[in-house]
Amino acid sequence: MSDNTVTFKIDGVEVRASADKTIIQAADEAGIYIPRLCYLKELPPGGHCRVCTVKVNGRPVNACTYPVAEGIIVENDTEELNTLRRNLIEMLFVEGNHFCPSCEASGRCELQALAYRLGLLAPQMPYLNPQRELDATHPDIYLDRNRCVVCGRCVRASIYLDKKNVFGFENRGIKMKISVNSNDGLRDTNLTKDDEAMKVCPTGSLVIKRQAYLTPVGSRPYDKEPIGSEIEKKKCS
Amino acid sequence: MSKPVIATAHFTGCFGCHMSILDIDERILDLVELVEFNKSPINDIKNFTKPVDVGIIEGGVSNDENAEILMEFRKHCKILVAIGSCALTGGVPSMRNLVPLKECLEEAYLNGPTVRSENTGVIPNDPDIPVLLDKVYPCHEVVKIDYFLPGCPPSADTIWNALVALVKGEPISLEYQLIKYD
Repeated sequence: MSDNTVTFKIDGVEVRASADKTIIQAADEAGIYIPRLCYLKELPPGGHCRVCTVKVNGRPVNACTYPVAEGIIVENDTEELNTLRRNLIEMLFVEGNHFCPSCEASGRCELQALAYRLGLLAPQMPYLNPQRELDATHPDIYLDRNRCVVCGRCVRASIYLDKKNVFGFENRGIKMKISVNSNDGLRDTNLTKDDEAMKVCPTGSLVIKRQAYLTPVGSRPYDKEPIGSEIEKKKCS
Repeated sequence: MSKPVIATAHFTGCFGCHMSILDIDERILDLVELVEFNKSPINDIKNFTKPVDVGIIEGGVSNDENAEILMEFRKHCKILVAIGSCALTGGVPSMRNLVPLKECLEEAYLNGPTVRSENTGVIPNDPDIPVLLDKVYPCHEVVKIDYFLPGCPPSADTIWNALVALVKGEPISLEYQLIKYD
């Protein structure tokens, strides 16, 4: 075993990982699912959504940005943390305009799947019904900010994978939104439907036109198994 | 011992959740053995005739009549269960919450492409028609709701499992596939 390997515990289970990993990377490799929304393993972590919050030696931290260390005690699947995560997801639902029954992302939406997994039956905070803009100017793509949770995956994917820098953030706090780096909407950018940025949206916010509802109900990614099952299966095998 | 009494109501929705109740197929024979139905569109009983154990609500609250009947249900029912996306979140009808009510009505009755010619449209104002609220509200924003069953509609199995557990006084346990928002 090399010197840069550390050993620590997640919910009492011993995990070994290389010292340059983050907690979420080590957990994924060990087949332990830490719920996450803005994190995607292909992208640098954003640390925006806080859904992956775990406790390290009793202190809440982002699992996607916090490095592993020898002997740390990580709490993940606890009632306290899952309640916190459920509250975050609930706030995202009431802050935006999420109409699951008619949304083309339903069944593959990670926001919805997290709500299922965390046991959110119905958001009960007051709905804000905000006014959000839709950009349908691009011939192949549209951006519906009603469904956007400002996770920033498209921003990061466009910069780091596509090397294009199509998207950015605008404003702060509850007014924060995804902006398009052009004078005339998406049509005035070099974004194409084959870009990596088009594969990362967790909701139905950034989607390719004319591809909706192709997968029948029952065959969609989260119809039969909860989000995170693919990571947890690693532990069994 | 007398059977538990059930009542159901339909507000702003598509009646799909009531269809899903009927979709329990032959289990409806068991249901008749298990419970007694009071006020409900299924049997067309218009008024409460006795205290109700479980009230089932479909649809969101979009007008004064919805709100009034929902409050009446709260008064008569020991347990209130909201079923389906419209009752839980406002659902598809609540898409109008993004547009001011006045603009919605003007588009539908005065300026819309299906209004025959200019200046002939009228916004309906007959006193018999329920008055629209400013927004479509989920039921829990109007009265206390005890249980939520999501789905559009919730499947017959979801409704059946929850209802049987409730009338038997057992905890509701629904497997992953039975909790869906669509």
